[in-house]
This record gives sequence, structure tokens and C-alpha cells, in this order.
Amino acid sequence: MSEVLVVVEQVDGTLKKVTLEMLTLARELGEPAAVVMGAPGTAASVADKLGQYGATRIYAAESEEIDGYLVSPKAAALAALVSQVQPAAVLLGATQEGKEIAGRVAVKLDNGLLTDISGLASDGTATQVVFAGSTIVTSKVTRGFPLATLRPNSLTPSPAEEAASPEVTPIEFTLDKSDTRARIVERVAEAKGARPELTEASVVVSGGRGVGSAENFTLVEELADLLGGAVGASRAATDSGFYPHQFQVGQTGKTVSPQLYIALGISGAIQHRAGMQTSKTIVAVNKDAEAPIFELADFGVIGDLFTVVPQTVEELRKRG
Amino acid sequence: MNIVVLVKQVPDSGAERTLRESDHTVDREVADNVINEMDDYAIEEALRLQEAHGGEVTVMTMGPQRAAESIRKALSMGPDKAVHIRDDALAGSCALATSAVLAAALRDLNPDLVLCGAEATDGRVQAVPHMLSERLGIAALTGARKLTVDGSTLTVERQTDEGYEVVVAQAPAVVSVWDTINEPRYPSFKGIMAAKKKPVTELSLADLGIEPSEVGAAGASSAVVDHRGRPPRSAGQKITDEGDGGAKLVEFLASEKFV
Ligand SMILES: Cc1cc2nc3c(=O)[nH]c(=O)nc-3n(C[C@H](O)[C@H](O)[C@H](O)COP(=O)(O)OP(=O)(O)OC[C@H]3O[C@@H](n4cnc5c(N)ncnc54)[C@H](O)[C@@H]3O)c2cc1C
Ligand SMILES: Nc1ncnc2c1ncn2[C@@H]1O[C@H](COP(=O)(O)O)[C@@H](O)[C@H]1O
Repeated sequence: MSEVLVVVEQVDGTLKKVTLEMLTLARELGEPAAVVMGAPGTAASVADKLGQYGATRIYAAESEEIDGYLVSPKAAALAALVSQVQPAAVLLGATQEGKEIAGRVAVKLDNGLLTDISGLASDGTATQVVFAGSTIVTSKVTRGFPLATLRPNSLTPSPAEEAASPEVTPIEFTLDKSDTRARIVERVAEAKGARPELTEASVVVSGGRGVGSAENFTLVEELADLLGGAVGASRAATDSGFYPHQFQVGQTGKTVSPQLYIALGISGAIQHRAGMQTSKTIVAVNKDAEAPIFELADFGVIGDLFTVVPQTVEELRKRG
Repeated sequence: MNIVVLVKQVPDSGAERTLRESDHTVDREVADNVINEMDDYAIEEALRLQEAHGGEVTVMTMGPQRAAESIRKALSMGPDKAVHIRDDALAGSCALATSAVLAAALRDLNPDLVLCGAEATDGRVQAVPHMLSERLGIAALTGARKLTVDGSTLTVERQTDEGYEVVVAQAPAVVSVWDTINEPRYPSFKGIMAAKKKPVTELSLADLGIEPSEVGAAGASSAVVDHRGRPPRSAGQKITDEGDGGAKLVEFLASEKFV
């Protein structure tokens, strides 16, 4: 069976959920092999978990250059690996970096690229949900092998029936001058707390303009924390400075696809829906009975969020 | 500092968008077409840099005849001139081909800085800036929420899921921007009038030395094989809060096994 390469995304030794999804998908398509690119020591820190999800082999590119420059060295390593092993398919996360690496590899190998897929069949046909979730497209690479980025939360990751103990093989590659032009001089972590990552969370509680202020967002956070969820925001809320920009959901923000999405004081503009319409269950609280968000809500409460949400919180606490 | 801003015309993301039944390409006839929103921020950033450092700002677009409206609109914000790459053979181009065409035109202009949007709202590929960097052998600083220029040194704050990264490169470079970087200006009446007289150079594939077979539907490296409407979500239960809205909400969550 041919190898299916999965480009690993991790933070401090913890694999991102999309990586586990890609391994789960790769097991259906061929022999999953993980590609770890980062600072020295990264592969060792994630090897066990990759094995649990069925990675039979780990290809590693670990160096200061890989870690210290933007994207290009990773693309160079991945393109070199692809030329050596001729995989059946290559999967990356549909994250900023995943899309960027994929774009560069597509140019290097003159290979077609499928963005933001939600599934891939063994004949190379991919599914994509486009235009604010209104259209489903099936598409194919017509030049080269399937090179695709998978949208997080597209499938439920599951460990392999039998864990593998992957061997680590270093990738042989060379860098040229143009690969080290964009140097990362600083990485700044902005406070996030213990909440799950927005695009990976199975519950997302979002607040909109109706929340009214940055202080009031603690109400949104309280509900999110009780449900073990992430906090999101509409663009009106981020633009008004109620909540930081990286938590914006929608057309120009994050695309989320959780099991449960709760919209508080959000009208449901088409650009907001673009980022949350594929959520499994949608709940909305809005005092305007005509708000478009109700058109897609499985459960809607017409009411003031400042009375409905505190009561929700209280009831949830009672249940423990 | 000479800057080229890449501007794409896209169907309005606030309106209903569809694919054509015949060839599964974006239906640009039924939709209202606008400048890709993120590209407005790139134009604004270019104008601010010009105000601080001088030089020329050129708008460049690859698109059909009707993209000319978007070019005029972009020019009305203040850029000096525009390049419109237009050729019937370009219809249905994939990101790879688009980047090859844009790169060919950029090589001729040889700017110090290429500014573009972080992503286009139609395809959301988020790859064209890096593809250009790869083809031109110049740095790519992408996803900028802040850009500082000091001589030929470019410093960008790049938004990440965890926070941000500070990334540095020497010009020439491609920089892509998010909507957090600035607040785009509205065109003034004077700007709109002036835009009508600004030079727009039209380029064909022959001008760029590119074979029609390498681009468009003929040269595409990926293809849509089918598309269908996603069943629209239907509204479920809707209740009016009569003092028990929160409790009812929790009952719903419990019935769906979320709590
Ligand atoms: C190109 C483009 C891209 C965009 N991208 C995005 C994007 O990525 N994400 C995004 O979200 N938007 C995006 N927008 C903006 C979008 O069009 C809307 O303006 C935005 O989503 C509105 O946010 P909102 O629902 O919070 O605010 P509003 O539309 O103002 O709605 C506020 C809602 O809160 C309700 N409300 C007020 N007070 C209360 C209360 N006490 N209790 C209960 N309900 C209350 C009101 O009834 C109202 O329905 C984009 C727009 C454009 C043009
Ligand atoms: N046809 C085009 N003409 C001009 N610029 C483009 C074109 N396609 C993409 N771009 C630029 O590349 C950016 C990212 O696009 P994309 O990679 O398609 O998401 C856009 O915001 C534009 O600035």
C-alpha cells in the first residue's frame, strides 16, 4: 500500500485535533505516515500519540532553520520528501500555515491543490463545502497526486485498532537562500487560558454586538466554561473591541464546525453564517424575533440575553 | 518605494453565490461583483506607505472585462495607475495558473513591495501570496496585522492561533494583510473623478509570453467534478422567554445530551 503523508501540527508536544483527523482519514486511504517539521526534539515528543493514531512511520525535519523561518523551509522539506517517497496523497491542516505550505509545494512540484476539503475518497475525489455552507462541491487534482488541506472538525478522530510504533526517518533536503528570507524574530503567546482551541472545540459559545461590552463578555465565557467550550465572537463584537480579533467567527474569521454552537446577541448575517453554518446543533438567544439567526437555529430563545444566559448558567450549575 | 497592490474582483460575499451548472465555475453573472474585501486593506496600507516614503502605487488585477469597474473603484482611493491582465483563455484558472500569470506581470514591473489580501472570499485559498513568493524567489510575510518599513527592512506582526509572530525580511517581498491592519479610506468625490483619467494598462497572455494552454480551464491542475446545493438548514423550535427561557434552554441541551 502506498503511503499517505500527514503533515503534523502540534503546540508544545500536543497534537492539534486536525492532525488526529488527518491520520484517521489517511488510514482509509493507505498507509499513514506522519511528517513532523519543527525544532529538534519535536518528533520524539509526539511519536507515541502519532503511533496510537496509526502512523507507521515518522518523517522528520528538525532544525533551527525549520523553526526559525516562515514556511519556506518546511515547504522545501516536504517537497523533497514527496519526490523521494511518491506518496498516494498528502494531507495538511486547512490552517494558515497548512495552506501556505501546501501552496508552495504545489508550485515547487507543479501539482494541483485542493483547499479546505471535508473529505477525500480513495479515488482522489474530495468534498468541499463552499459559499457560506450553501454548496457542496466534489473536486479532483488533475495534475499530480491529491494534495489537500483538511478543514478542522470535518470528521471524528479515532485511534487505530492497533497502535503502531513508528520509526523516525530524517528527511533529506537542502535549503537555498530564498528559503530563509523571512525570519521569525519573536513569538508572542497571547493569553488564552484553559479553553479549547476555537476551530477544534466541540462546543463554541459566541457573543455579538448584543453582548454590549468587553466586561459583559465574561457572561459568554462563563457559559462556555460550563460547557467545556471555546469562546467566539461576531465581527461587530471584535470590531467594537469587546473581544480579541483572533476569536472572530465567519467569512473573514475562523470557520468552526462544532457539535454545538450557541449564538448570543448575534443577528446571523450571511458573513457570520459562513463561519458556523456547518455546526451540528445551533442554539440562538436574541431579543429580536425576526433575527435571521433563528432561520438556522435548532433551538431559539427570543429574549434578553442578560436574563436568559444567567438563568442558563444557574440551571447548569444546579445540575453540577 | 514602488508598490504593486493585487486586487481581485469577487462575487459579493453578502449576496447569494452559486456555481454554474455547465462547468461548475463561479457564476459571476448573477452575483454582484466587488473588490475582495481584504484587498481594500492592502490598498490602504500601500497608500499609507506612499504617504510616508514616496514612490508609486500600482493596482494589478487578473480578471474578465467587468473587473475594470473594480479597478476604477480601487484607483478612486488614490493609487497612481493600474494593470489589468485580461484574456479569454484565463477563464477558469486555478490558483497555480493565477500565480504564474501574476508572477510574470510582476517580474516586468519589478516592485519593491507586493501587497495583497490574506485571502480571497470566493475560494479562500490563502495561497496566492506564497505561490508568488515561491515563483519570484522573494520573501513572503503573510497574515500581517501590522507592517513597519524601515529602509528596505520590512517587519510584520503575523496573527497566529496562539498569539502573534514578529517576522522580518528585506524588500523586495510579498506582504499579505488581514482586516485588522488599518481602516480603509472611502474614495472622495475628487478621487472618483481623478480615477477616470488614471492610466490602465491592459495585458494579454501574449504580452506576458504565456501559452493559453497553460492557464484557464485547459491548463487547470484541479477540477470541480460536481456540485450540489447543501440542504438548507431548517429552523427548529423557537420559544419566547417568559421567565423560564434559560431553564428551557438547558432542557434542550439535556435532551440533546450536551449536559
Ligand atoms: C466582506 C465582509 C466580511 C465580513 N466578515 C464577517 C465575519 O467573519 N464574521 C462576522 O461575524 N461578521 C462579518 N461581517 C459582518 C456582518 O455582515 C455583520 O455586520 C456582523 O456579523 C454583525 O454582527 P452581530 O450579529 O454581532 O451584530 P448585529 O447585526 O448588530 O446584531 C446584534 C444582535 O443582537 C441582538 N441583541 C441586542 N441586544 C440584545 C440583548 N440584550 N439580548 C439578546 N439579543 C440582543 C439584536 O437583536 C441583534 O440581532 C462581514 C462583513 C463583510 C462586508
Ligand atoms: N486574479 C487575481 N488578481 C489579482 N490579485 C489576486 C488574484 N487572485 C488572488 N489575488 C490576490 O491574492 C490574495 C489571496 O488570494 P487567495 O490566495 O486566492 O485566497 C487576494 O486577496 C489578492 O490580493
